[in-house]
Amino acid sequence: MGRNLLIATVLGLCVGSTAQADVALNIGYLSVFEPQPPTLSNLDPEPADIGLAGALTGLDDNATTGRFLGHTYTLTDVSLQEGDDPLAAATDLLAETRFLIVDAPAETLLAIADLAQAQDALLFNAVAGDVDLRRDGCRANVLHTVPSDAMRTDALAQIFVKRRWDDLVMITGTHPQDVAYADAMRASLTKFGLALSAEKTWAFDADMRRAAAQEVPLFTQELGDYDVLVVADELHDFGRYVLYNTWQARPVAGSEGLTAVTWSPVIEQWGAAQLQSRFEEAHARDMTSQDYAAWAAMRTLGEAVTRTNAADVQTLRDYILSDDFELAGFKGRPLTYRDWNGQLRQPIAIAHPRALVAQAPLEGFLHQTNELDTLGLDRPESNCEAFE
Amino acid sequence: MIRSATLICGFLVSPVWAGEIWVTNEKDDTVSIISTETLEVIQTYPTGERPRGITFSKDYSVVYICASDSDAVQVMDPNTGEILHDLPSGEDPEQFVLHPNDRHLYIANEDDAITTVVDTETRRVIAQIDVGVEPEGMAVSPDGKIAITTSETTNMAHWIDTETQELFANTLVDSRPRHAEFVAEGTQLWVSSEIGGTITIFDVADQSEIGKIDFEVQGVHPDRVQPVGFEFTADEKTAFVALGPSNHVAVVNAETFEVEDYILVGRRVWHMDFNGDKTQLFTTNGVSGDVTVIDVASRTAVKTIKVGRFPWGAAYRPTE
Repeated sequence: MGRNLLIATVLGLCVGSTAQADVALNIGYLSVFEPQPPTLSNLDPEPADIGLAGALTGLDDNATTGRFLGHTYTLTDVSLQEGDDPLAAATDLLAETRFLIVDAPAETLLAIADLAQAQDALLFNAVAGDVDLRRDGCRANVLHTVPSDAMRTDALAQIFVKRRWDDLVMITGTHPQDVAYADAMRASLTKFGLALSAEKTWAFDADMRRAAAQEVPLFTQELGDYDVLVVADELHDFGRYVLYNTWQARPVAGSEGLTAVTWSPVIEQWGAAQLQSRFEEAHARDMTSQDYAAWAAMRTLGEAVTRTNAADVQTLRDYILSDDFELAGFKGRPLTYRDWNGQLRQPIAIAHPRALVAQAPLEGFLHQTNELDTLGLDRPESNCEAFE
Repeated sequence: MIRSATLICGFLVSPVWAGEIWVTNEKDDTVSIISTETLEVIQTYPTGERPRGITFSKDYSVVYICASDSDAVQVMDPNTGEILHDLPSGEDPEQFVLHPNDRHLYIANEDDAITTVVDTETRRVIAQIDVGVEPEGMAVSPDGKIAITTSETTNMAHWIDTETQELFANTLVDSRPRHAEFVAEGTQLWVSSEIGGTITIFDVADQSEIGKIDFEVQGVHPDRVQPVGFEFTADEKTAFVALGPSNHVAVVNAETFEVEDYILVGRRVWHMDFNGDKTQLFTTNGVSGDVTVIDVASRTAVKTIKVGRFPWGAAYRPTE
């Protein structure tokens, strides 16, 4: 288990007439070890500091603001190795701080949220897209800065409608994440009046790096004709070999090709270029979706402390869920939290690896209160009761 | 659309003074020069990379241009377009303001959370002041005693004492402050907040908030109504406020702080400047790559002028 106390690298200078009472906030970052199944390609190793790097950039942003107000921020980072007990580590960390950013799969996140020590704490889910965490599985002490799978698949469904790509087919992998993504996609297509005309499961065991050119055309021939092929391959195992190898000359979307993501290095509008360059300078790599979700959690706390001049869970949580809260998240409009399930409302980037194609909600998808609520579980669709 | 309708009217007020509006084109690395008489682009000059802030010296003999990605403020001869020299500006200069002494440029260094003060005569940096994350809006009081930097991610206006070059106050505003202006002989400071969707008005004497302006454009979601640049008429009774992706300019009564009108312009309207007698207003429309000319008296858009890609800043110079 690795453990570090990190203090933002900002001079502790306090200036001006608005300096208020000293407020100090320590935030825990808990990264739970999750074994990754092997994938066909070795091209994209996951950075060791994924997520944490985003939290650190958020910490620096908070600290720069905090020095004008007498607010200080620290981050205690706990990274678990294989065999470490996440609940014991979370219990230890909760003895130090009431604020945790959690990088863990859904079931571990829920176990942590249900610890007695976590009952008056505030947890941020920066990784798990499981729709259930925003529905039956919601917890009053868990906010979600990572979009749900449904928000991402709704974003793609919107562009399918907009482009009139209404004949869709899907290939789904066999991992639980792939199946969950495919479920979310089916629900999104139904929501926006679309349907799949064919589906197949990717259950190959050949090494597709060599065989893709031979296998994929035949495999996709059975799908018939269609407008877009959706690939549910959240572990990025086979999807990359589908592009340009399909029987029909058609675009690929979903986990590969045209993707709906929280964040991407190709986002440069809305001042995002500044966040990208700040991140890259500090961490010598591109900012990922997971980094963004951790950054947003850190900045949410920073914004709440700045505006309330407080550091207790009750005050900050109330403020974060109130109408007064807004986070400038480099996505072109203010980000706020859904007060029915703790999900951060946010535009979703629809991008390929070289450019942003569109940003959902797309123009024309209207909503009676907030267009951002056309993405993911709207109030009537979520049966979460923990926030009432 | 208002644009085509007004073209048919052909309604143009002939300006009292001949002059030019200089527009920086962020993604073309050029400035476009528009004649305020003919309302046409009469010249285009190359600049450094990603030009944004633009301002003239008091006698209009040189023009200063923030070449953000060249990490320099360029000094150009406006008569020839020749770059005379670069000023040291700190990294990524985005916006600046020229002190009434005509010598000191206060420059926001967006990537470094610093405001740099440069002496344009000695070409030296005379101070660097730590401010919040992503400084952008810059203003200086008419008496020259106070300079302001607004920081987009810290959400503050930082008040700089220009004698000591140190901060003496920091005031919170709504999210992503973009632009600041002193008005009413320097007794008020206005600060626009892009994501917050407001303009906050401060009493300069004690930095207290005395008012806040909200905007509401019919048919546009409030989240997309994002105030950025703004300017005041000659009598300072009216402010024109660019509302970014809502594609409108608001007309604000500067005494009651009430919005009186909205004018449809080009897409993602950003900054603006007036002609010499302030009868016409020129707005830069980033996404549509054009400039809208507004007739100030009738508050109508009278012409659209194509410029380069992503026009950002605008500055007026008289030619007679």
